[in-house]
Amino acid sequence: MAAEDAPPAPRRPEPSRAADEPSRPAPPARTRVVLAEASRRQQHRAAGAHTELAQQTRVGEALVRGLVRAQLALALQLSAVVMVGLGGLPWLFAIAPAVGRMTVLGVNLPWLLLGVLSFPFLVAVGWTYVRLAERNEQDFTDLVQRPEH
Amino acid sequence: MGNDLVVPAIVAVTLVTLAIGFYGLRLARTTSDFLVASRVVSPTWNAAAIGGEYLSAASFLGVAGLILKYGVDVLWYPVGFAAGYLALLLFVAAPLRRSGAFTLPDFCELRLGSRRLRTLATIFVIFIGWLYLVPQLQGAGLTLATLAGSPYPVGALVVAAVVTANVALGGMRAVTFVQAFQYWLKLTALAVPAIFLALQWQADGRPAVTPPDGPTFRTATTVVVEHRAVLTLPDGQNLEVRPGDELSFAEGDPVPEVSGVATGATDWLLPSAAGSDDRGLFATYSLILATFLGTMGLPHVLVRFYTNPDGAAARRTTLVVLALVGGFYLLPTIYGVLGRIYTPQLLVSGQTDAVVVLLPEAALGAGTTGRLLAALVAAGAFAAFLSTSSGLLTSVAGVISTDVLGRGSVRGFRLATVIAGVVPTVLALNVSGLDVSQVVGLAFAVAASSFCPLLVLGIWWRGLTDAGAAAGILVGGGAAVTSVLITVLGPPLTGWPATLTAQPAAWTVPLAFTVMFAVSLATRRRSPADVGRTMLRLHAPDALRL
Repeated sequence: MAAEDAPPAPRRPEPSRAADEPSRPAPPARTRVVLAEASRRQQHRAAGAHTELAQQTRVGEALVRGLVRAQLALALQLSAVVMVGLGGLPWLFAIAPAVGRMTVLGVNLPWLLLGVLSFPFLVAVGWTYVRLAERNEQDFTDLVQRPEH
Repeated sequence: MGNDLVVPAIVAVTLVTLAIGFYGLRLARTTSDFLVASRVVSPTWNAAAIGGEYLSAASFLGVAGLILKYGVDVLWYPVGFAAGYLALLLFVAAPLRRSGAFTLPDFCELRLGSRRLRTLATIFVIFIGWLYLVPQLQGAGLTLATLAGSPYPVGALVVAAVVTANVALGGMRAVTFVQAFQYWLKLTALAVPAIFLALQWQADGRPAVTPPDGPTFRTATTVVVEHRAVLTLPDGQNLEVRPGDELSFAEGDPVPEVSGVATGATDWLLPSAAGSDDRGLFATYSLILATFLGTMGLPHVLVRFYTNPDGAAARRTTLVVLALVGGFYLLPTIYGVLGRIYTPQLLVSGQTDAVVVLLPEAALGAGTTGRLLAALVAAGAFAAFLSTSSGLLTSVAGVISTDVLGRGSVRGFRLATVIAGVVPTVLALNVSGLDVSQVVGLAFAVAASSFCPLLVLGIWWRGLTDAGAAAGILVGGGAAVTSVLITVLGPPLTGWPATLTAQPAAWTVPLAFTVMFAVSLATRRRSPADVGRTMLRLHAPDALRL
């Protein structure tokens, strides 16, 4: 019922506004008339970082390079964690066979490490990456959208 | 073999798959719906769909079979299959989604603006897709032959026909629902029997997995040999067996040593040691490299990323996939380990790929529980064949319809699906001696040596040029393809040549990266003029809407 009552209410002002509008001493829609040349020059000099990015200026390019470098460094650091944590295992088992013979709770250590623990480890690294990568992007967004003064 | 519940279970899975496909078809109205699910698939659905598509016959059957046969060294297969998604997450997921590329050839054109490179990528997509499809169809043929006693071609043909029809009629939207459903089905089909198996193992008084005197037969068993091998009997006598030979063992008899199989406890239980065998270590690292880096280059994996709304969602979806896939891979190990106790005859017959489907009845007996669980596992196995084949077929067909036929229409896509489905079916019917997991591993190696460097360098390095990319793909990917052809079709090799061709990734991946890097440096002038704009598009946060 309430839902059926609702629509007419907002509808009413609409026609009246539509009727009013032509008669009102119309506040002219804001239009900015700027010479294309002037506008382009102005943006080059003082526009915000957002425009710098969109227009591929040198500043914008430097910003993007910084972001790409930060994200790549993050990805490489976390791959290094996996390379040592998982990639080191075959080598470790090979040079120190005693490690492979150790048992934990009756299960041989290599079975436990590879068959069970490697999966939560991978998820944990992935989770860390998503958090840190999103933080990098947030920092970048804040930098770009910082109000100019 | 006499399980009368298996065929109904498989039929049910197939019918449900088709039903969901047609339900999706009713929802798909536009070409965009049809091809890329209109990009409105939620991350959870999408993640389950990606997981469902990814867990193939190799994961469902092959991993457990390998563990039964070789032990701890092959645990790197499931670890690598899961870790591939981490590499994808770290280096590819978000930028690739932002690039707007639907397929790998699209990415080549977007990033490097080269039609010729696009054609080269198309050839590799089709090669990898078909290389990956053949073992799926074979797995279907073997499973149905093992469980229902049907001739080998029946299973392969059934899966090929169902999948082709479903992809051609339902498109991607339908496939998304089907795949998500099949992830959960596959997980259930392995998890529920695994619980029963563990309980049965407890009830049997926890028999040792690696008894000091080697594995023994728990019941009187007759083994029909499927693969040629040399058996070493307990009295030290060597016996050469050929496919079709029948051997009988009494209860409590020790399992003979089988050539090429880790029958002894230490081989199976402990990682390969240093010094004695450098090749073992090389093969392990090669496998790690292929699976870690190959996942991102598989055509059916990348297509999925387009269905995420933006880069951040693609990242989150990938993380969920990593968790789903990792959870699944805890299970095959249980089957491989318990298979040592309950189905040692598979070591002798060589049919280790069948351990997952045979174990429930072997451990729990042929009572109602055992038969029900066996039917459930068979249903899961069929879900694996259907879903992976659907995904592969969708992506191969997508590439054929846009790049070979040159039409973007629904009818063109349907025609392409039929073409994409017929070729691997014919191959699967004519080649039956291939090992499921080995072929899948080779597909990973080819993907890791061709598309992985292309994606990683293309996304993170401004200096990549079309000439560099093409050279890297041709040299690295070409070396991997040659290794595949030698392994599959060539004469049997021994020693280092065998290792280098059977596990090529450790030398082909660095080769591809080096060539791609060096040739790009040498052809620096060819770097596309709009590389700055492309980098901005790939890496700028979605919130900025640039």
